[in-house]
Amino acid sequence: MSGFARRLAGFPWREFAADAFSRVFLIAQAVCAVHVVNAHVCSLAVVTGPSMLPSMNLAGDVVAVDRVSARLGRVASGDAVLLISPEDPRKPVVKRVLGMEGDAVTFLVDPGNSDESRTVVVPQGHVWVQGDNIYASRDSRHFGPIPYGLITGKVFCRSSMAMVCLVSLTLNF
Amino acid sequence: MGLGPTKQQPSESFPPPQSKRRRQCQSPALDMGTRNHLWLGAKRILTCYLVGLTISDRYATIVSVTGDSMHPTFTAASSSLRGDVVLAERSCLEKYQFSHGDIVMFKCPSDHRELFVKRLIALPGEWMFLPGSHDIIKIPEGHCWVEGDNAASSWDSRSFGPIPLGLIKGRVTHFIWPPSKIGRLDTKIPENRISPV
Repeated sequence: MSGFARRLAGFPWREFAADAFSRVFLIAQAVCAVHVVNAHVCSLAVVTGPSMLPSMNLAGDVVAVDRVSARLGRVASGDAVLLISPEDPRKPVVKRVLGMEGDAVTFLVDPGNSDESRTVVVPQGHVWVQGDNIYASRDSRHFGPIPYGLITGKVFCRSSMAMVCLVSLTLNF
Repeated sequence: MGLGPTKQQPSESFPPPQSKRRRQCQSPALDMGTRNHLWLGAKRILTCYLVGLTISDRYATIVSVTGDSMHPTFTAASSSLRGDVVLAERSCLEKYQFSHGDIVMFKCPSDHRELFVKRLIALPGEWMFLPGSHDIIKIPEGHCWVEGDNAASSWDSRSFGPIPLGLIKGRVTHFIWPPSKIGRLDTKIPENRISPV
């Protein structure tokens, strides 16, 4: 048994530790790089649900989101944006910006049943967001204009889930 | 002794890759001189920046508080050099669970470039007495009510109404700078504001 202990003491423990540390640090660095790109440059999100129906699929689309222009305030009317839902902060949603601060927005109050419309002026620092499918979308028509600070990114590229699966399959084989 | 041979193997196989890697790291530095030193320095700065940014985004960040809206709690200061420096934790953003009396940092609803620090008074779904009157309002789902401690000069929910929780960017937990204050922030729960309905 003393031979085993001697052998154990003969291991270069210091080098093992240094090696393990450098490897762990390398992984941590990679994780940090991924986080920074994801949070500050651009990221991917999966969109499901009927609210953006003509322009985005019901079953799920993968969208690429640009974080830089949202941060610099370069979002304009007509852009699809990713935002934190004002009703549930844990839920990100995709909607289209229809009015910036100071714009007057006219919308149908209850599009399925009546022609009643209303006009609202968007206050300072807020935006008006609406889903493309006005019949099945919960948006600014219900909770009013939202603060610009809730916008986390601008959608610049969209691809359907089927396409993504196809591409990844072809890349694999 | 059955363990002996299996333990022996790593001791023989581990050192060679280690020494090889060290040689790889050293030789270009010796060959290329100062240019390489600059490159290594830049790489180190980039690494520090990435790690620092990740920590400040996900775990905790350091902010300097200015303005007199939170006066008894934070020193009223006009420039960020003289203000209190505080630590704000970000891990509360994963679940958005806050409690009454927390001091939160949030994006101003009318200008997304500004960060405000105020005290949280009411949480989503609660009935609250409006300050200075006997009216009761219900905080909508996903919103909260924030107010400064110095009611006389604070621009807060009394002017812009309840704010969405999504605007909150962190919770202030510790004092870092004036040395006399270093330590945890004590939470003051405002009394008689929440209606027990």
